[in-house]
Formats: sequence, C-alpha cells, structure tokens
Amino acid sequence: MNRRDLNFAERLYLSEVFKGLWLTSGHFFSNMKKHLARQLGFTRIEKGAVTFQYPEERRPFSPRYRSRHRLTQREDGSPRCVACMMCETACPARCIYIVAGEHPDPNIEKYPARFDIDLGVCVFCGFCVEACPEDAIRMDTGIVEIAAYSRKEMIYHIEDLLQ
Amino acid sequence: MIVNIGIELAKVLAVLIGVLNLAAILTWMERKQSAVMQDRIGANRASIFGFRMFGLFQVLADGLKMFVKEDFIPAQGHRFLHGLAPFVAAFFALIGFAAIPFGDTIHLFGREIPLQIIDLNVGILYIFAAMSLGIYGVVLAGWASNNNYAFLGGMRGSSQMFSYEVTIGATILGVLMIFESMSLQQIVRAQGQLLWGIVPKWGVIVQPLGCILFLVAGIAETKRVPFDLPEGESEIIGFFVEYSSMKFGLFMLTDFVETVLIAALVTTLFFGGWQVPYLMADGWHLPGGTLLAWPQWLVAITQVIAYAIKVFFFCWFMLLVRWTLPRFRYDQLMRLGWQMIFPLSILNLLATAVVILLLN
Repeated sequence: MNRRDLNFAERLYLSEVFKGLWLTSGHFFSNMKKHLARQLGFTRIEKGAVTFQYPEERRPFSPRYRSRHRLTQREDGSPRCVACMMCETACPARCIYIVAGEHPDPNIEKYPARFDIDLGVCVFCGFCVEACPEDAIRMDTGIVEIAAYSRKEMIYHIEDLLQ
Repeated sequence: MIVNIGIELAKVLAVLIGVLNLAAILTWMERKQSAVMQDRIGANRASIFGFRMFGLFQVLADGLKMFVKEDFIPAQGHRFLHGLAPFVAAFFALIGFAAIPFGDTIHLFGREIPLQIIDLNVGILYIFAAMSLGIYGVVLAGWASNNNYAFLGGMRGSSQMFSYEVTIGATILGVLMIFESMSLQQIVRAQGQLLWGIVPKWGVIVQPLGCILFLVAGIAETKRVPFDLPEGESEIIGFFVEYSSMKFGLFMLTDFVETVLIAALVTTLFFGGWQVPYLMADGWHLPGGTLLAWPQWLVAITQVIAYAIKVFFFCWFMLLVRWTLPRFRYDQLMRLGWQMIFPLSILNLLATAVVILLLN
C-alpha cells in the first residue's frame, strides 16, 4: 500500500481534529433540524435517520426477493402442483418431501398428497421455483419472519403453503 | 443558625442532585447524540405505560438492570478494597463541585446567599487535590481485583492521569497569574471586566492556548475516548474488568461526573463562569454606555441559567469529541502528553509572564 507522510498541518493534529469535529457536528445539526421539524409536524421533510423502526416500519422488498414459499392454486382452490418431483430433485438442500396421489380428473395425472418443506433446512436458493414446469411454487409471499420453538415446527405442510 | 444550616444544606443538595442527574442524563445524551451524529435514532424503546419520552426511561431501565445483576467479587481478590474502589472514585469526583461557584451572591429576604457551597480561598487547589485522589479509585480497583489485566489497566490509568495533571496544573498557572486569585469565585468575578470596554475578559480571550490545552488534558482526565486506555471498553479491558452490577455502574457514572466536572471547570476558568457579557449586578451595561436596570434577583437567576447552559454546552462538546475521534495508542498518548502538550503549556506560561511584566 502506498502511504504518504503526513504534512505539517496534519502532524499538528489539532486542525485535523477540528475538521473531524466539523464533519460530525454538521451531521448532528442537520439531523437534529430534520428530527425537530418532523416532531413539529412537518412530515414532508425527509427523515433525519436512515433507521427503519422494524416491527412497525418495514423496508420494502425488491420484487425478485426470495421469501417464504407458497403453492399456487387452481381456480377451484386445489394446488396447481402435479407432483412431478422436479423441485424435490432440483433442491440442493433436500428440504422438499412430496408424496404423489392419483388425481380424480383424468386430464391431470397426479396431485401432491403431501408436500412438506423443512424451512429449517431450506437455503432459499429458488431452484424449486425455477424447476417447476407448472408455476405451482413461488417465493413471493414477503414473509421473512420464520421462527419456531422446535425443529418439527419448522416443517411447513401443504395446508400452510397453500395460504 | 437553623436557617443558615438549612440554606447550606439546600445548596449542597441542589448541587449534588443537579450533578448526579446531569450525569445520568448524559448517559442518555451519549446514546442519542452519537445516534444523531451517525444518522441513526438511538435507544427509544424503554417505556412506562406506553410513554417513551424519546428513550429517556432508558436511564431508569439501565439503573434497574445494574441493581439486579449479580455482584461478583473475584475469589482471590481483596473483598474490602474491591468494594471500596468505586466509592473512592465516585466520592472524589463529586466533592470537587463544592468549590465551584454556580452563581453570584443573591439577595433574598434580607439575606446575602453566595451561590456556591463553600468559597475556599484555595478553591482551585482543593479541586485538583480531589481530582488527583480520584486516581486511587482506579488503582485500587485494578489492584483489588487480583487480575493482571485489571492491574495493568489501573497502572495505565494512573500514569495517564498524572501525566495530564501536570499539563492541567501548568495551564491553570497562566489563569492564576492573570486573575491573581486562587478562589474560583474571585476568578469568575475578575472575568466580568471588559477589555477595551467591549470584549469580555474571559479566560479564553486572554489565554486561548491555555484553554485548548486545558480542554485536551481535561478530556484525558475523564478517561474517555480518545483517551480511554485505562478502561478500553471494547477490546483492551481495563481496571474495572472484574466489576459487575452497580459497582460497575458507579465507575461509569464517575466517568460522566468527571465529564461534568471538567465542563464546569472549563466554564469557570475560561468561559466566564456565571458571567453574562455586559450583565452587571444592577443590570445590562451595553457597550454604548446605556444601562438597562434589572432587579438583583433576576440578574442572579439569569447568571445561574447562563452557567448551566455553558456547562451543558461543554458536556455536549465533550460527547462530540468522544464520538468523533479514535483512541490513541499508548505511546502516542504519552508522546502527546509529555512532548507536545506539556512543553506548549510551559511556553504558554512563559509568554503570559512576559506579557504581564511588559504591561505593568
């Protein structure tokens, strides 16, 4: 790394200290002004902090953001999934477990009797969504708070995923 | 007699409660000010019945937490000294305020009440004695913990504090030579004069270099960033590493009390104490020669408020410094103290002496 020597003013330290204080106090006063203006009701003035007050205030997601999975539905509310096992095969974490059943409609071969995703194992890579030929699984719910008290509760079943 | 004791007691309580509350508020201010400086919001979740008060209750929550934590004493440590150390540190930081004047004499109900706990004629020596004895708290804490890291922290603390006390002493001498008194009340009164009839004769006007040096050495005395090597909160761990619960809280509080003490001293010695420019005991003496008469009690109260604002400003300034500058390395600290600030303070002293000799 190419380091230059400090010049005389920088070695005196004091002028550099005042430069630093000027910068930080500048932030202090401009932010204080914005905070005060918003407290007084001028809500159109921009916020004095970059903070999102999380539970009440959420950061907007990008449309491509991968959040918790959902299974899309046909018009009658049954899952669009045909239990082709493509997602289960594509999954690098092997967190998807499907049991196929025979569908009563002869035009549709199979339906998922079970469709479980272990979110404690899922790596949120989105390969399942890419692999699906039927657009039956998507990761666009915007749900990111996935937590449970046991590993068993982290396994989401077809009823949870259809909602 | 009873009334006199009552008045003295009221003054002591007012100063003690004022200082301790200001120190507690500074813990809140430190969080909020650093947050605003860094485009954040800062602690604002502590609430009582849904009232958040901008996080002001965080101070209470912190205190409560400190009191219910386990009070740990190292098995091989010295039980008595381990318990004594935080009290020594806090006690000597607090008694310094006794000699600091926070207002002029006020005339109330036919009495003359000096707004100062005690007007010692060697007030400034008393304060420095108290500040020097504060080192014992640091050294005792390090020694009684029976922990090498704590002990080294205590050693770093004591060597840092007395290195910078030399500078403080030398800068103070310049002020004493100009105002020709060791009583802080006399020094403040002398700062009420005007230079060339227009500029207030504050310490910062007549001793600008001394003021900067005193401020630097004073911040070093409070053991806070950028001079926080004795404690090194985040990584090098210092003299209170073996302290927990409210004993630790007391050390933290001592840091803030010392911040207030240094702010009060800078105000008293260099920024006119309770003086407001052009405000004399009988009213405003404006530079043109006009006089706006004010009653004496109103003048005295205005001066007390002015003093509080000045102290508060310097507390704010010291927090600003604390959240702007990075920590020194230990050799840099010693070089700054002994090779730069100390010789400069001696030069300042010589220059002051020569100017005084030439002017007389």
